[in-house]
Amino acid sequence: MNFELPKLPYSLDALEPYISKQTLEFHYGKHHQAYVNNLNNLIKGTEFENAGLEEIIKKSSGGIFNNGAQVWNHTFYFEQFNKDGCDEPRDKLKVEIEDTFGSFDEFKNQFTKAAATLFGSGWAWLVVNADGKLEIVQKPNAGNPLTDDQKPLMTCDVWEHAYYLDKQNARPKYLEDFWKILDWKVVAERYDN
Amino acid sequence: MSLYIVELLKINSMSFKLPKLEYAYNALEPLIDARTMEIHHTKHHAAYTNKLNDMVAGTEWEGKPVEEIFSNADKVPAGVRNNGGGYYNHNLYWKVLKPGGADKPSGSLHDAIVRDFGSFGALKEEFAKAAATRFGSGWAWLVKVGGKLIVTSTPNQDNPLMNVSEVQGTPILGIDVWEHAYYLNYQNRRPEYIDAFWKLINWDVVSDFFHA
Repeated sequence: MNFELPKLPYSLDALEPYISKQTLEFHYGKHHQAYVNNLNNLIKGTEFENAGLEEIIKKSSGGIFNNGAQVWNHTFYFEQFNKDGCDEPRDKLKVEIEDTFGSFDEFKNQFTKAAATLFGSGWAWLVVNADGKLEIVQKPNAGNPLTDDQKPLMTCDVWEHAYYLDKQNARPKYLEDFWKILDWKVVAERYDN
Repeated sequence: MSLYIVELLKINSMSFKLPKLEYAYNALEPLIDARTMEIHHTKHHAAYTNKLNDMVAGTEWEGKPVEEIFSNADKVPAGVRNNGGGYYNHNLYWKVLKPGGADKPSGSLHDAIVRDFGSFGALKEEFAKAAATRFGSGWAWLVKVGGKLIVTSTPNQDNPLMNVSEVQGTPILGIDVWEHAYYLNYQNRRPEYIDAFWKLINWDVVSDFFHA
C-alpha cells in the first residue's frame, strides 16, 4: 500500500496564536511528510508492503514501526484541533472522565503532568482499556497504545519539534495552549465509535 | 573566614554547578546560532543541573561524583539518571566545541582513528550516521573502550559511562541530537546540524580526553 499524507482539516494558520503557522509548516509539511515517505520506502519488498497502518503498528518493529506509528500518531494529533471547537467533554464521556479522575480539572492536571514529565521525545495519551476504563498513558518516541490493545481517544505530541519554534524549552506553556485548541467533539466521536 | 562561610562553601562544593562557557554564545555563528546556545546553556543545561541537585539532596547519592551515579545507573531513580546524564553530557558538549574548530586530529589520536575506522573520513561518516539515525532524543558518541575507539549512540540523556549503555567506555566526543540542540536554526534538517557540528570540533580537547 502506498501511504499518502492526509490533508489537514484546517489551514496552516488556523491554530494561531497557540500553534504558529511556521510550526505547522514544519510539523505537518516536513516531519509528518517525512514519516510517510520513509514508511513507503521501508515497506517495499517486505511482508508489510500491502498491510494497513494499524497492522503495521501492531506487528512491525524498528524503522517500519517508528515511521508507521509516527504517520498514525500525527494524523490523529492534527485531526483533534479546532480553535472554535468544543472546549470540554459532554454526555457519556464527561461522566466517564469524572468517574475515573474525580473531575474534568483533575483529569487535565493528570494528563498535563503525564505530558510534562515524559522525558525525551514521545506522546501522552488518553485511552480506553480493554475493560472499558479510561487511562492516561505515556509512550516514548513513536509509541502508540494500539500495541497494548488500548483504544486511543486523544494525544499530545511532546517531541520538541511540536513546540520548540513557538515555546522553546517551555513545554508547560505549550501544554497550557494545547487545551485551548483541543476539540472535545472529535474526542467524543472517537469514544462513541 | 567565618564559620558560616566555611559551611556555605562546603555545601556548595558538594553540589553540581552549571559551568561557564569558554566562548561567547555567538562565537559559533553562523553554524550554531547565539539564541540556540543561550537557551541550551541557560535553560536546558541549567535545568538538568538544578534538578540533579534537587534529586540527590538528602539521598545516598548526595555528594557522590557523577561517575559513581553512572556506574549505578540501573539502581538510581530515573530522575537522577536522566538529570545526571543531562548535566554531564552538556558539560562535555560545550568542551568539544570551539569557534572555527581545530583542524584535524593528529598524533596518536589520529593513528587510533585510522587503525579503528580506516580513515578520518570514515570516522566522520560513521559518526554522522549514528547521530542521524538515533530515533527520538539522544546523543552520538566517539568512545574509548580499552584502547579501541568505537562510535555509538544512546537514547535521551544516557551516556557510555552508564552501566546500562550498550557500549560502555569513556566518551571523548559527543553530539547532542535532541531537537533543542538545533531546531531554531535547522528545524527538521538534522543532517545539516551534524555537518555544522563537525566543523566546530575542538580536536585538541578530544585528544586530551583520549589520553586522559
